Amino acid sequence: MTTVPSPTDVDPAGPAPTGAGAGRARIDDGDAAGLGRWRATGFVAPALLVVAVFLVFPAIWTLYLGLTNWRLTGLAAAEPEFVGTENYTDALSDPAFRNSLLLTLAFVFFSAIVGQSILGFALAWTARRLRPAVRSVLETVVLLAWIIPASVVAFLWLALLDRREGTLNALLGTDGTAWLLEYPMQSIIVFNIWNGTAFSMLLFSSALASVPPSQFETARMAGAGTFATLRDVVLPNIRGHILTNTLLITLWTFNVFAPYLITAGGPQGRTEILGIYIYRVALRDGALGEGAALSLIMIIINLIVASVYLRLLRERRP
Amino acid sequence: MRLNTGLGATAGLLATALVLAACGSDDDGGGSAGGDPSQNADATEVTLTITDNAIAGGKNSEGAAWITDYVIPEFTAMQEAKGVDVTIEFEENGVDDEDYKTKIALDLQSGAGGDIISIDGIWTGEFAEAGYIAPLTDIAGDAVEEWDGWEQIPEAVQQAMTFDDQAYGIPVGTDGRVIYFNKELFAQAGLPEDWQPTSWEEILEAARALKQLDGVTPLQVNAGVPMGEATTMQGFLPLLAGTGEQIWADDTWTGATDGVTEVLDFYGQVYGEEELGDPLLQQEAQGRDTSFQLFASGQVGMLIEGDYFWRSVINPDEGIAPMANRDEVVGWAKIPAREPGAGLNGQDFVSMSGGTGRVINPNTEFPQQAWELLTFMNSPEAFEAMISIGGARITPRDDVNAEALAGDPLMSFIAEEVLPITAYRPALALYPQVSVALQNATAAVASGTSAEDAATAYQSELEGIVGDDGSIAD
Repeated sequence: MTTVPSPTDVDPAGPAPTGAGAGRARIDDGDAAGLGRWRATGFVAPALLVVAVFLVFPAIWTLYLGLTNWRLTGLAAAEPEFVGTENYTDALSDPAFRNSLLLTLAFVFFSAIVGQSILGFALAWTARRLRPAVRSVLETVVLLAWIIPASVVAFLWLALLDRREGTLNALLGTDGTAWLLEYPMQSIIVFNIWNGTAFSMLLFSSALASVPPSQFETARMAGAGTFATLRDVVLPNIRGHILTNTLLITLWTFNVFAPYLITAGGPQGRTEILGIYIYRVALRDGALGEGAALSLIMIIINLIVASVYLRLLRERRP
Repeated sequence: MRLNTGLGATAGLLATALVLAACGSDDDGGGSAGGDPSQNADATEVTLTITDNAIAGGKNSEGAAWITDYVIPEFTAMQEAKGVDVTIEFEENGVDDEDYKTKIALDLQSGAGGDIISIDGIWTGEFAEAGYIAPLTDIAGDAVEEWDGWEQIPEAVQQAMTFDDQAYGIPVGTDGRVIYFNKELFAQAGLPEDWQPTSWEEILEAARALKQLDGVTPLQVNAGVPMGEATTMQGFLPLLAGTGEQIWADDTWTGATDGVTEVLDFYGQVYGEEELGDPLLQQEAQGRDTSFQLFASGQVGMLIEGDYFWRSVINPDEGIAPMANRDEVVGWAKIPAREPGAGLNGQDFVSMSGGTGRVINPNTEFPQQAWELLTFMNSPEAFEAMISIGGARITPRDDVNAEALAGDPLMSFIAEEVLPITAYRPALALYPQVSVALQNATAAVASGTSAEDAATAYQSELEGIVGDDGSIAD
């Protein structure tokens, strides 16, 4: 079982304002470790440097690239020109981008928020009453879907959904149905639910284990049914976990690229979720500047989603 | 140095070399063409890398076999005799041309990549403009002018690797496009074995006859974006040539002209109500490979393809969709103009030709040795070895072609009947973007949009690419 760190476990206490407080450890000056400002800074510096090099700098660089007409090939690759906010205005007024954004929202809502959460919880809820052996078999199977490399998984799904010799068509007797062309979004949503449910299941399993057994006992004595137990006992106890889970899988699903291996964004852009759209614009079409602008828009959406969730979490805790 | 204005200082402070390289602001990225041609000319220990979109057991496997079994051992032995210790590495790829292009563009942009790289001729312009590749004389110096191979390569073939009148690479050959058909299916449908349509209508009539057969898709004309350049080269452009137009003529791009609309309308007839072709196949991510397999298993009646299809796809020995009875079952016909005499230059039949070639990476450490290897790969002996490994193909060299093609009926048909009537794509940096616009237009028609609407949409996409300042004819 993995334990998931709560995202609220952040210590808000900054370094103490005392310069030479190292010797007076007993005084509560916020410098519990007795390091002093400079040594504390020294300890934090490597982490800050890594954050700067790998997060802050690329973000600024992306912002800058997004203001140019940089391309992968051609004249604009050798001498990109500054084009101001053109990439951003173009993107926001481009129907292909809005289409991609809508597809992404639908993809996140149905495959992550609805699909993975509910299925993950259902699996965790069912598994608690199973015998340990059966339970670990179930968990292993679900986990396998999560840990097999994406390229292998994509191959399996292509074989499953193939139009001519696909397993699904053989099972259902629907010979010749091109699932990936006729139901492309539905296909990648189901794929993503299958692929990612393990995380929700694991998180909810440990959440359910943290509900005090005495409360279940009390509910049972009071004659509460399953629904009432879920509503009045389980839900209040695991609300924080639900938010954490939703935050994480929303962000993951928003940024996911694996469906590209199955549909390549097609047919006709009907599965072109944001990550795939950016890949197409930046690398297939070679418009790196525009791709950078789109990436920044994507980063901003991610930040907004994350801050909304974090605020919700913080409000819950006194 | 690219993109090194405002943030250069910040970059220097913050970024590790790794990050810099990843962001493509590497100074050696080839911005200035070529280095010193005599660099390391006397080295006794040399390492060279050949990059190609060929892989053992997959795409262009005969090309991969030629490199590993002939080029590397022979060249190494030759150099050893001169006292030079050469190690040649072969970087194999087996992916779609578009993915391969992205990969090598990224390689070259970051100053990496093989020493000798195989590219499609139409990428020459955009790679040259980006500074990723350089004129051969800038890289290897006077030795290039002195090479005796140039006079064996016809001007039209050299053109494939030329940009602004400078040779950026040596062409590997050229090709031509025909309609392949399955003679067995034709016999079942009551069509002649020596079929040769003289108009688009006759193609459609043959397709209607094949439509009567069970489980057979009569005709696949490449359409849509997943097939990439194959859509443009094997579908749209030969048809456009059949209306007497070219995509670039008289210094203007062709917009929503009558010819473009007629071609799109032909797509509409193939993929529309009559369902002479399978529109879903054109949308599948791996549709082209699937169409190969379906043709090989007798489920597709007609397919417009280049000689690559004959050599590398349905080749019974080396193909990726081998047809054991290829020589008996597969027939071919020239692509007719819309109606007799309506084609380019008043021709009755048309085709399109492309060409691949090899360039030297301007960042090579061993320019002289790379040039030597490149000319070795383009020597008559090397092409003869290629043909004995992979079968007949049209090499760039007249001296080799004269003998090599005689043994193969399709290849000599292309050399004698198709190359004289063929046309080439414009060697312009913008062409690949225009090509994508054409692919979008065919995709729209194949999925039900009317030809007129698709042509209008193409026109506005074209304006977005080349500007609407009179550089488009309509």
